[in-house]
Amino acid sequence: MSSLKRSQDPKLDDELKLQIGERDGIRDKLRKMCRDNHLAALSAIVICLFIAMAILAPVIAPYGEAEQDLINRLQGPSAAHILGTDELGRDVFTRMLYGSRISIAIGILPSLISLIIGVIAGLTAGYFGGAVDYVIMRVADVMLSIPSLLLAMVVMYTLGSSTVNLFVALSMTGWSSVARVVRSQTLSIKQSEYIEAARSIGVGKWRIMIRHILPNCIPSLIVLFTLNVPSAILSESSLSFLGIGIKLPASSWGLIVNQGRQFLFTQPWLCMAPCVAIMIVVLAFNFLGDGLRDVMDPYMQR
Amino acid sequence: MDEKNILEIRGLKSYFFTENGTVPAVDGVDIDVPKGKIIGLVGESGCGKSMTVRSIMGLLKYPGRIVDGSICFDGTELCGLRENELRKICGKDISMIFQEPMTSLNPVIKVGKQVKEALLAHDRSITHEEADRRVVEMFEKVGIPEARKRFDSYPHQLSGGLRQRVMIAMAMICRPKLLIADEPTTALDVTIEAQILRLMKDLRDETDMSVLLITHNLGVVAELCDYVYVMYAGKIVEQAETYELFDHTAHPYTKGLLDSIPRIGSNKDRLHTIPGVVPNLLYLPKGCAFCNRCEYADGICHEQADELREISPGHWVRCRKPIYGGEVSR
Amino acid sequence: MKYFLKRVIGTIPVLLGVVLLIFVMLRIIPGSPVLMLLGEHYDQATIDRLTAAMGLDRPMIVQFVDYITGALSGDLGISYKYSRPVTDMIMESLPYTIRLAVMAALFAWIMGLVTGVIAAVKKNNIIDRLFMGISLLGVSMPIFMTSLVLQYIFSFKLEILPMTEDGTFLSMILPSIALGWNSAGSIARMTRSSLIEVMQADYIDTARAKGLLRGAVIIKHALKNSLLPVVTMMALQLSSMLSGAVITESVFAIPGIGRLATTAIQNRDMPVLQGTVLFTTVIVIAGNLLADLLYSVLDPRIRKGD
Repeated sequence: MSSLKRSQDPKLDDELKLQIGERDGIRDKLRKMCRDNHLAALSAIVICLFIAMAILAPVIAPYGEAEQDLINRLQGPSAAHILGTDELGRDVFTRMLYGSRISIAIGILPSLISLIIGVIAGLTAGYFGGAVDYVIMRVADVMLSIPSLLLAMVVMYTLGSSTVNLFVALSMTGWSSVARVVRSQTLSIKQSEYIEAARSIGVGKWRIMIRHILPNCIPSLIVLFTLNVPSAILSESSLSFLGIGIKLPASSWGLIVNQGRQFLFTQPWLCMAPCVAIMIVVLAFNFLGDGLRDVMDPYMQR
Repeated sequence: MDEKNILEIRGLKSYFFTENGTVPAVDGVDIDVPKGKIIGLVGESGCGKSMTVRSIMGLLKYPGRIVDGSICFDGTELCGLRENELRKICGKDISMIFQEPMTSLNPVIKVGKQVKEALLAHDRSITHEEADRRVVEMFEKVGIPEARKRFDSYPHQLSGGLRQRVMIAMAMICRPKLLIADEPTTALDVTIEAQILRLMKDLRDETDMSVLLITHNLGVVAELCDYVYVMYAGKIVEQAETYELFDHTAHPYTKGLLDSIPRIGSNKDRLHTIPGVVPNLLYLPKGCAFCNRCEYADGICHEQADELREISPGHWVRCRKPIYGGEVSR
Repeated sequence: MKYFLKRVIGTIPVLLGVVLLIFVMLRIIPGSPVLMLLGEHYDQATIDRLTAAMGLDRPMIVQFVDYITGALSGDLGISYKYSRPVTDMIMESLPYTIRLAVMAALFAWIMGLVTGVIAAVKKNNIIDRLFMGISLLGVSMPIFMTSLVLQYIFSFKLEILPMTEDGTFLSMILPSIALGWNSAGSIARMTRSSLIEVMQADYIDTARAKGLLRGAVIIKHALKNSLLPVVTMMALQLSSMLSGAVITESVFAIPGIGRLATTAIQNRDMPVLQGTVLFTTVIVIAGNLLADLLYSVLDPRIRKGD
């Protein structure tokens, strides 16, 4: 938190801090983003809403997850079924609520895992340099060279289609870009005087990395994470759409699109509803990521 | 407009409209540039001198724009002129040299071509061969060794001094009537600085153009200029012939600037500096803009701003208590 | 040139790594592929015969070296399912994917650059906001959604374009737009921010002070500089575009490489999957090299090797 007393005008605060060279804490930066970038703030709210809906799916859902109503099959949107019913008379809205659990979890969890792998790889490569650096970064290059969807397909082929395997596949693909960023930041921070000082008084390698270098990477990591989530969501839905991702009876937005596709021309809402849901979540994460990038790290503009 | 002036600026106001308020970067400036003379415009960074010349060239950056005033060049009013019309004059009759030779040339275009472009922009009838020849000629004139070879160089292959010579060649190629030089030597070594200043003076003597030289270095002014304007916080605070200004310094700010020049043989132990920094233009003091840094300021100075007054022929000052030529004794 | 040669040599370990990774990943499968091929009716003799015939009884390292030498001479193995050389199958599918990718890339570049430049010129204006909104929408739409929407509107409702690939140029329009849509969005965003940044540069002032008009300043001075980061991004787009091709080819029934990979998974046809993934990756790496070369042509500071 800032040690400055807050004045009436928040902009004046920024200028003052700039002059005395105080850097904003992460909380200050987030506050600044919410103040200046309403779109990003709104996106954060939308994301929270979707997450809440996923968690509370059994409570909100008007019908049971597998509840069939064979009489009312392939119905259009109505009061009883806001998004209509599918070919087995299941409520599409209910299915999407349950599907959102996997779709959103698969956006967040693998991104988190690849973040951790990427941080470890990047820190090690950047700090030790030399052969370690070369090997780690070439492996990262290898991962980046293979088109991500094809790499995920290879993993799914080997491990077989299942939700858990999908987590593994998506965790494998995202870490290399994280590693690159962490490595380059480690390299530049390693040169700084306070790291030299820490080393000279005998602070251990891992302690330096975790206590001194890692905190400096956190702003970029937050941004990277936020931007990795939508690509993971898109990968999952693509794989499920192709029929090599999530397997029935589990459900995700991508799989619902896959099943609804045969009714595209007669009951378009069946596959369009989950498509729109995916788009909104991805859009929200992109807006939020852009907003975060603007306040967190002005140098990381791609 | 006076016939002997090539450029007359009257009451020029250029403001920045920021979220925090309006910044009066140039606030009512009058400048005359007589034909064939070198005029100096002096001041600290942030005093509005660059904004003044950028206003002339129509190069103000968003959110800055000219609010009021007149810029009359050779009988043409430049304020309110359409962009297309202004571009016909810029580069041909008025040209400009910038402060940073490192960044003022496009890194991905050969320097010869960049200079040639200035020629082609204003003379559609000229052939490419003729233009190439003229560029090489100009390169030789501004002292670029191996001019023909340098034509095909990229900016990063040239030293800072050479790049500034390229900039001068670009500015001179259309034989302008007025050359505006915005701190042309600030980014250069001292030896190179002397060469470039010499070159500019020679070119002036040869072609009889006028020069408006912006600098914060009074040493450069003493060497080159005929007449000097001193600017502070968006306003002219003193103007005089160069010798008059140096011999009979009237404004405390000018005195501060002069005292800041290190001199060999001076028996002062410490270099004089002006205390404080240029005030934030958003929160200017009520009275004289310099009062917070002025050693002579009294209560009235803080309350009431002063107008430019002529204290001797051609010597104007904006100060209640000028060091020279004032009625107020101290 | 020396710089470029160094880059080419630098990709060799990466290429080897790619082969090794895919090779190993596809072989840590539980259960022999032979069993999968034979289904329920088999005896031990048949298994041994097939295993030996497919070279699966040899140590992994021997198989790997064998595969690499084969791949270098253009032999990517034999399909389990169709008993045909994988290389032949890829070469048959390749023209479809190339046609799709080239058309999609053209669409993406032209759309992306044009909208990006217009948005940058009209900065903060309503047109800028509109274009950037559409671009972000483009970036956020899953490719299958774009494909399905286009199919629904243009093939089903308006009936002006064919639903699936039939060898004609017309039938390639929808898949190309669907595939290029995402890239167009990111290129537009990149072009815009890059151009706005370049327009702040000192040499832009120099160009204007020279007397160049706004249009000439943008075209002759700003565009080339602002394209440098865009070129790098376009190369990165190649990878995601080939990922996307898998989906578009599936939706529009185009018999390209992506379709080959998808069916290979359904058929559990390991050599085909391995071959397609390898081949695609080589294209990506080659594309990146090409982008580097283009970059050095555009930026003289790199060309001279400093």
